[in-house]
Amino acid sequence: MTLADLLAGIIFVALNMYALLGGADFGGGVWALLASGPRKQHQRELVAHAIGPVWEANHVWLILAVVLLFTCFPPAFARLGTLLHIPLSLVLIGIVLRGSAFTFWRYGGAEDEELRHWGVTFAIASLITPLLLGTTVGAIAAGAVGDGGRGMGDGFVATYVRPWLNPFTLSVGLFAVVAFAFLAAVYLTLEAEDRELRADFRARALGTGVALFGAAALALLLSGRYAPLVRNGLIFARWAIPLHGLTAAAAITALSALARGAWRVARIVAAIQVSLILWGWGLSQYPFLLPPDLTIADAAAPAATLRLALGAVALGALVLLPSLVYLFRIFKHGHPSSAIPHP
Amino acid sequence: MSDLLAARSQMGVSLAFHIVFAVVGIAMPVMMVVAERRWQVTGHAIYRDLAQRWARGTAILFAVGAVSGTVLSFELGLLWPGFMGLAGSIIGMPFSLEGFAFFTEAIFLGVYLYGWDRISPRAHLGAGVAVALSGAASGIFVVLANAWMNAPTGFELVGGRAVNVDPVAAMASPAAFPQALHMTLAAYAATGFAVAGIHALLLLKDPANAFHRRALEIALLVGAPAAVLQPISGDIAARHLARHQPVKLAAAEALFRTQQGAPLSLGGWPDVARRENRFALEIPRGLSLLAFHDPNARVQGLDAVPQDQWPSVPAVHLSFELMVALGTYLAVVAVWAGWLAWRRRDLAQQRWLMRAIALATPMGFIAVEAGWMVTELGRQPWVIYGVLRTRDAVTPMPGLIVPFLTFTLLYCFLGVIVCWLLYRQILRSPEIPEWRGFYMPGSGKRETGNETA
Repeated sequence: MTLADLLAGIIFVALNMYALLGGADFGGGVWALLASGPRKQHQRELVAHAIGPVWEANHVWLILAVVLLFTCFPPAFARLGTLLHIPLSLVLIGIVLRGSAFTFWRYGGAEDEELRHWGVTFAIASLITPLLLGTTVGAIAAGAVGDGGRGMGDGFVATYVRPWLNPFTLSVGLFAVVAFAFLAAVYLTLEAEDRELRADFRARALGTGVALFGAAALALLLSGRYAPLVRNGLIFARWAIPLHGLTAAAAITALSALARGAWRVARIVAAIQVSLILWGWGLSQYPFLLPPDLTIADAAAPAATLRLALGAVALGALVLLPSLVYLFRIFKHGHPSSAIPHP
Repeated sequence: MSDLLAARSQMGVSLAFHIVFAVVGIAMPVMMVVAERRWQVTGHAIYRDLAQRWARGTAILFAVGAVSGTVLSFELGLLWPGFMGLAGSIIGMPFSLEGFAFFTEAIFLGVYLYGWDRISPRAHLGAGVAVALSGAASGIFVVLANAWMNAPTGFELVGGRAVNVDPVAAMASPAAFPQALHMTLAAYAATGFAVAGIHALLLLKDPANAFHRRALEIALLVGAPAAVLQPISGDIAARHLARHQPVKLAAAEALFRTQQGAPLSLGGWPDVARRENRFALEIPRGLSLLAFHDPNARVQGLDAVPQDQWPSVPAVHLSFELMVALGTYLAVVAVWAGWLAWRRRDLAQQRWLMRAIALATPMGFIAVEAGWMVTELGRQPWVIYGVLRTRDAVTPMPGLIVPFLTFTLLYCFLGVIVCWLLYRQILRSPEIPEWRGFYMPGSGKRETGNETA
C-alpha cells in the first residue's frame, strides 16, 4: 500500500463518517418531512433535538473530505468540479438551504408560526440533497467522469448532464436517501424517550431497512448496463462473497435487533451495514479514483504534499477525536438533548 | 456577460457574502466568552443574558458561514479547475489545516450552545474559548492560502506542472504575515464596532439601559484595540506590497509613473487613458515615505509592466481609498472612546461619541469588503501572481451566468432573512423591567431612577 493509497483511504473514511453522521442528519430531515400520525409534532421535535448540537460537526466531515481530496489528488478534484458542475452546484444549494433553514427554524424564536416554513424548507432540502449527492457517486462509479475528462461524449448534454442523470445514477441517489433515512430512524429509536415515539421510529426503521434491500438490488441491476466495472467488482472479486455475506449478516442482525428492541445493537450494526456497502463500492473501483482512467497513483500530489497531509491528519485527529468523543458523550449518551436555553 | 466574468462574479459574490459571516465567527465568540466570564465572576444575570443572546446570534451566523464556506470549497473546483489542478498540491495544506480548525470550532460551538446546563461552568467557558481560538485559527489558515496566490513560493513551474513542491514554504509566503495580521485585526475591529454601533444607537434613545451599556462596553473592548492597531498592520501590509506586489500598490495608489520621492494621492479619479490620477490631493513624497520609510525612495509605477498586466486601476484605487478612510475613522473613534474611558467618563452619556459609534456600525464590514477588493482585483489579471492568468484557470463549462445568478439570488435572500432574524432575536431590548435603568443585580436597586428614559 502506497502513501497515496493510505490518503485515499483516509478520504474514504471521512466520506464514510459523513454518510453515517451527516447522512443521518439528512435522514432526520426526511422523517421531519414525512412526520405523520398522532405524534407528528413530537416526531419533528425529536428530530430537531437530535440534530441540533451535532449537525455542524457532522457536516464538516464533507469539508474535510473535499479539502483532503484537492490537496492530495488535485487533478481528480479539477475533473469532478468540471464534469459534475451541475449536480454539485445543486447539492451546494441544498446544503445551504438545509443548514440555514434548520438554524432559522430552531433559533428564529420558537413560538412563531411563520418559522414553520423553515422547518418545511429544511425537510425538503434534506430529501433532495442526498438524492443529488447519490447521483454524483453513481456518476463516479459508472466511470462517467473518466475518459480523459470528456464525460460521455461531445456536446453540452453528453459532457455535463448525461454522466450524472441516468437511471443508474438516480438509483444510487434513491439508495442514498433510503440508507440515510434508515440510519436516522435507527438512531432515533435510541433518542426517543417515550415508548410510542420509539415505536414510530422502529416501524420506520424496519420499513426502510427492507426498502434498502430493494434499492440496492435496483442499483445492482442497473449497474450491469451503466457501471460494469463496479458491477464486476461487486460480483467477481475475491473479496466480493465475504463482503456480501458480512453485509447481509449485518442487515439481518440490524432488523432483528430492531424487532427485539435492542436499540444500541441496532445502531451499531446499522452503521456497519451502511459502511460495508460503501466500502464495497470503494474496493470495486480500486485502484481507480475516477474510473476508467484516473488511478490513485496518477492523480496523487507530490510525495512532499502527501507526507504533510498525513501529518496534518494525524495532528488533526489528536485534537478532533477527543473533542468529538466529548461532544457525543455530552449529547448522545442515551438520553435526549435538553432544549436550547431561551434567554 | 462572458463565462470568465460570470465565474469571477460568482466567486466574488460568494466570497463577499461568506467573509461577513467568517469575520463574525472569529470575533463574536470572544465577546460571548468575555460576557460569560463576567457573569461567572460578578454573578450579574445581565451578563449571562448577553452571553446567551450573542451565542444565539453566533449560532445563526456560524451556520450560514459554515454552509457558505462549504460552497466556496467546492467552487474552487467548480469554477477554477485549472487553478486547483495546478495549485491544489501546493496550497492544499492550509486548507486542510483550516478544515481541522473549523471542525474543532463546530464541535465546541455545539458544546457551547447546547451545553449550558449539561457541563460545569468552567468547562462551558472553556468550550467558548476553544470556539474563539479555533475560529481565529481557521481564518488565518484561509488567509495563508490567499497570501500564496499573491506572493507564490514553494514550487517550480516546469512545463505547466508544479515540481519541487514545498507546502511549508508555500504557507510561509512573504504575504502571509502581513495579510493574516491585517485580516485578523479587521475581524475584531469590524465586528466589535458593528455590535458597539448598534448598542450605541439604542443607547441614544435609552441612555440608562443597563443591558445596552454592558453590551457596548464589551463590544468596544474587542473592537477598539484592534481598530487602533490596524493602521500599524496596514503599514506593514503596504511595505510588503511595495516589495513583492508593486503592481497592486501602484494600482491602489494610482501611481502611473515610476518615480523617486513618489507622492501620496488622496482621492481622485484615475484616468487610465491619460495615465494620471485626476482631482487628487497629493502629499509630496508621501508614498515613498510610507512604502519604504524613506522620502526619496523609488516607487514602482504601473508603467513598469505592460498594460495588459494592469488590474482595473479605478476599482482598486477607489476600494483602497475607501478602506483607508473607513479604517482611519474607526481608529480615531477608538482612540476617542479609549481616552474618555481612561478619564473615567460614562461613555453612554457622551452623546457625540455615541453618535460617532452608531455611525461606525457598517464601516468595519465595508472596509473589509473594500480591502478584499484591493487584494483580489489588484492581483488581476493573475489568479496566481505572475504564474497563472485567471482566464486560463476558469472551467470550460459554458453558461456560467446561470449558476452566478442562482447563487446571487440565494445569497440575497439569505442575507435579508439573516438581518431580519438578528433584528428580531438579538437586538430587541430584553423585556426585563429592572434592566431598563442602571440596574446592578445583587445590589437590588437602581443607580438612578430614570427608568422612564
